[in-house]
Amino acid sequence: MTEIWSAVLVLSITGAIFAMVLYFVAQKFKVVEDPLIDEVAEVLPGANCGGCGKAGCRAMAEAFVKQGNMEGLSCPAGGAEVAKKVAALLGCTPEEKEPQVAVVRCNGSCANATAKTHYDGLQDCAFANSLYTGESGCAFGCLGLGNCSRACQFDALSIDPETGLPVVNEDKCVACGACVKACPRGIIELRNKGMKNRRVFVACRNKEKGADARKSCSAACIGCGKCAKTCPFGAITVENNLAYIDFNVCKLCRKCVAECPTGAIHAVNFPPKVERPAAPAAPAAEASQPATAEATTNNTTQA
Amino acid sequence: MKLLNVSGSPHVHSDESTKKIMWRVNLALVPTLIVAIAFFGLNALLISLISVASCVLFQWLIEKFLLKTPSTIGDGSAVVTGLLLAFNVPATREMILLVIIAALVAIGIGKMSFGGLGKNPFNPALVGRVFMLISFPVQMTTWPKPGDNLFSMVSVPTTDATTGATPLGLIKENGVQAAGQVWDYFIGNIGGSLGEVSALAILIGAIYLLCRRIISWHIPVSFIGTAFLFSGILWLCDKTAFVDPVTTILTGGIMLGACFMATDMVTSPMTKAGQLVFGFGCGFLTIIIRNWGNYPEGVSFAILLMNSVTPLLNRWFKPKRFAN
Amino acid sequence: MKTFAMGGVHPEENKISTSAAIEEFPLPKTAVILMNQHLGAPATPCVAKGDTVKVGQLIGKAEAFMCANVHSPFSGTVAKIDICKDAFGLAKPAIYINVEGDEWEESIDRTPDIKRECSLEPKEIVDKLKAMGVVGLGGATFPTHIKYSIAPDKKAEYLIINAVECEPYLTSDHRVMMEHAEEICIGVSILRKALGVPNAYIGIENNKPEPIAVMKAMAAKFEGIIVEPLKVKYPQGAEKQLINAITGRRVPSGKLPIDVGCVVSNVGTAYAVYEAIQKNKPLVENILTVTGKKLEKQHNYHVRFGTTYNDIIAHAMGTLPETTGKVISGGPMMGKAVSNLDGPTTKGASSVLVIDESEAKRAEESNCIRCGKCMNACPMGLEPYLFSALVKNRRIEEAGQHNILDCIECGCCFFSCPANKPLLDEIRLGKNLYRGILMAKKK
Repeated sequence: MTEIWSAVLVLSITGAIFAMVLYFVAQKFKVVEDPLIDEVAEVLPGANCGGCGKAGCRAMAEAFVKQGNMEGLSCPAGGAEVAKKVAALLGCTPEEKEPQVAVVRCNGSCANATAKTHYDGLQDCAFANSLYTGESGCAFGCLGLGNCSRACQFDALSIDPETGLPVVNEDKCVACGACVKACPRGIIELRNKGMKNRRVFVACRNKEKGADARKSCSAACIGCGKCAKTCPFGAITVENNLAYIDFNVCKLCRKCVAECPTGAIHAVNFPPKVERPAAPAAPAAEASQPATAEATTNNTTQA
Repeated sequence: MKLLNVSGSPHVHSDESTKKIMWRVNLALVPTLIVAIAFFGLNALLISLISVASCVLFQWLIEKFLLKTPSTIGDGSAVVTGLLLAFNVPATREMILLVIIAALVAIGIGKMSFGGLGKNPFNPALVGRVFMLISFPVQMTTWPKPGDNLFSMVSVPTTDATTGATPLGLIKENGVQAAGQVWDYFIGNIGGSLGEVSALAILIGAIYLLCRRIISWHIPVSFIGTAFLFSGILWLCDKTAFVDPVTTILTGGIMLGACFMATDMVTSPMTKAGQLVFGFGCGFLTIIIRNWGNYPEGVSFAILLMNSVTPLLNRWFKPKRFAN
Repeated sequence: MKTFAMGGVHPEENKISTSAAIEEFPLPKTAVILMNQHLGAPATPCVAKGDTVKVGQLIGKAEAFMCANVHSPFSGTVAKIDICKDAFGLAKPAIYINVEGDEWEESIDRTPDIKRECSLEPKEIVDKLKAMGVVGLGGATFPTHIKYSIAPDKKAEYLIINAVECEPYLTSDHRVMMEHAEEICIGVSILRKALGVPNAYIGIENNKPEPIAVMKAMAAKFEGIIVEPLKVKYPQGAEKQLINAITGRRVPSGKLPIDVGCVVSNVGTAYAVYEAIQKNKPLVENILTVTGKKLEKQHNYHVRFGTTYNDIIAHAMGTLPETTGKVISGGPMMGKAVSNLDGPTTKGASSVLVIDESEAKRAEESNCIRCGKCMNACPMGLEPYLFSALVKNRRIEEAGQHNILDCIECGCCFFSCPANKPLLDEIRLGKNLYRGILMAKKK
């Protein structure tokens, strides 16, 4: 009997001592923190994607609370819904932001940009980029080694083994921008989702002169400028032999798509073309051959 | 014309490979295996074969159906685990089947659960052995006597009737007077686990590994040296209570452990200084467990304990920088 | 016998072109002269399209501090000034020349006579090296005039001439010592004078007994030139390792050889210095080893810069062997794999190495087994296995704290790794990322 009592006694006393020590330590090293931070962190997605530019969701919550409003801070992953909740907690109005999605601006697939060499080193885009141009010889195109898909915390990016290019799953993409930072060649861009998810963009980043660009990739933008001339809204600029479509100005008319001699301009999520536009599309395709030649000569003289 | 390869330098590679290293370790284990078969007969051969086969099989099954990764059984590391596991069990008839369980634990828990070769923190064979020692204490400490002559296996099939104890077990039970002849210990004519009896065979394998630069001298020397010195000091203090140092290092698993188990690349430190400390810890803990622990033998526990501090040793003992 | 303090490996030597005497490489029809053939900023073209140029005429002027003049290696007309993709596919400014005849600048002394006396003052020597566009020919192409302009707070005590040629296959240094020993010794004397040091040490690995004998015999006729045979071990030719082998000194982390009183130049540079100072010949050509196990004939050529790799392959072997895996500019340990054979050779090129498929293909990577071979092989005492793991997980700052920037990229780690992990690739990536972090911090 005495053993039991002594055991109980010893354990109780040691327990009490440790409890006191813990209590005093907890008091001494207590970190005073705004309880609002916890509340804000609660409504954030918790993926720690880093899309906001902070180290994680907790750090973002701290930034929100410290600032007291949402100016300049936004959680791309959470979108409008989370913004509303955070705004409610902070007592301010959420910033309106158009929903965005990651867009891959390269069409240098295995077929378009045929391999001229075989890469046999570390499977990391950042390293391959520092080593050489990549298998196709295009110093601006996708290397296909998947840094973007590894950076994606939402499983929204994968490398298509057929084309060797990343594919964005638009339903999963939250436009956090992690892939944009991960790509050493700046191929991925966040663009407005657009009406009904429809987008028109130049799927090329090659700034070389037309002839050189074509040498490495048949789908390269050759900077001919036809699209810019065609665009009725002035949404397209050509700089350094490369066209760029401003998604804030573009009205999705798709005139440029038919005009592009190399097919570098992509239009996505439009319904398949029915009979009506089929008629003008055919001459456009025919016209593409001389257009290419014209464009290249045009280019060299420009330079 | 084929496409030119492009990669960063260097563009040539030495002829070293993991596969080569592992098969060389297997080769180094062959003398010990031969001695085991010579002393313990058919049982030893069967245990070794079944142990190796089940280790390889389990690794293959796990890689194919659980991890769904390409098979790596060709690299020979499962064979090393299988052989070492067999060397760590007694050569009794029961063990022929029990070793399959040991193999499952060694490969499944000891190695593949961490991600396969190179990622395991503990020596898989020892994980298997310690699991067996705790789960089947009777079977794991029933030792057959080695045959009276080297070719006993040909004439008299070993039966489990002739069981005996290991020298360490005898000493634990009966005191230091029970210690036997040093020469018997050296060539291995004593009771014990399959592969731990013959110091001679182990040394042959170890010298081969040293020449091939697969192991360095640091761990074996500091392990055995510490055990020798520590037990020597104890022996000098009280010759009636403690075993003499020569018997200490020749009996039990010290030789096998120091040469083949503690030197496992994956679970031992990388720098020379770290290896010396690692060997010292192994030797020190072994003697502590042998003299003051419940078990007569402590090599497996000592190595596993030191395995757990290997990452720490790697952190503390950095190579000397050229530029500082 | 002397060697460096730690690490190192012994790759198969494969010096199969040692007996091939240096041949003149025929002039190509067209050539592309890159404007940055050296470490640093590109030179500025100072000729225009349609101009006729002579061999040795200045065509690219060094305007930045870290830059070197570029002279025309050919005579002919300037076809265009444009961007050119170099042998590694990178776009660089270049001058295209249509080669016509072989007309040299009059000031260049092309007679075979050897001129021993040099009356120039140290300052004049450095200025002339600058004018002649001499850069280090050991691979890094560091502008020589900058190396020999010693800051007033530093003092040079040793001049070390790197004739180690520790890379497998390469034999250009071997041949130049065999054929131009006297010129080299004159060049070394000039460099010694420029620095004002009592002694110059020529480090040669012991696997080259003939050049050692030739150089020793020649050095005996000169004052203050000591030939130092060294134990064979790669990477002895790395600057820091060579300094350590010869003087026992160690260049501290982030410092330069001059901080321990040493200046290291390649033996090929010493030859170029002789030609520039004594013969007024700018740096327009180099000795290139064309070698490979599958080639019928091995060559050592005098090649003018701007000759394309395709030209060299066509002349030396017709077409590449069917089983070619890689074409490398430089040695197999530190050289760069050529991806664009239309690219031109540059001042830094020391070889065209044709490696067979079987050797070129990297074996499949497996798990690290923590054998520590990379660590034991590292001549800088670093932990490549650790960098590999840290870089993979993008823990770059930690890698920095473990001195990742000390890495000299010799490749011993990957060479010795039994798991075939691309250790050096990962370390290079880590170094780049860490430099990026440091730059961002500075701002």
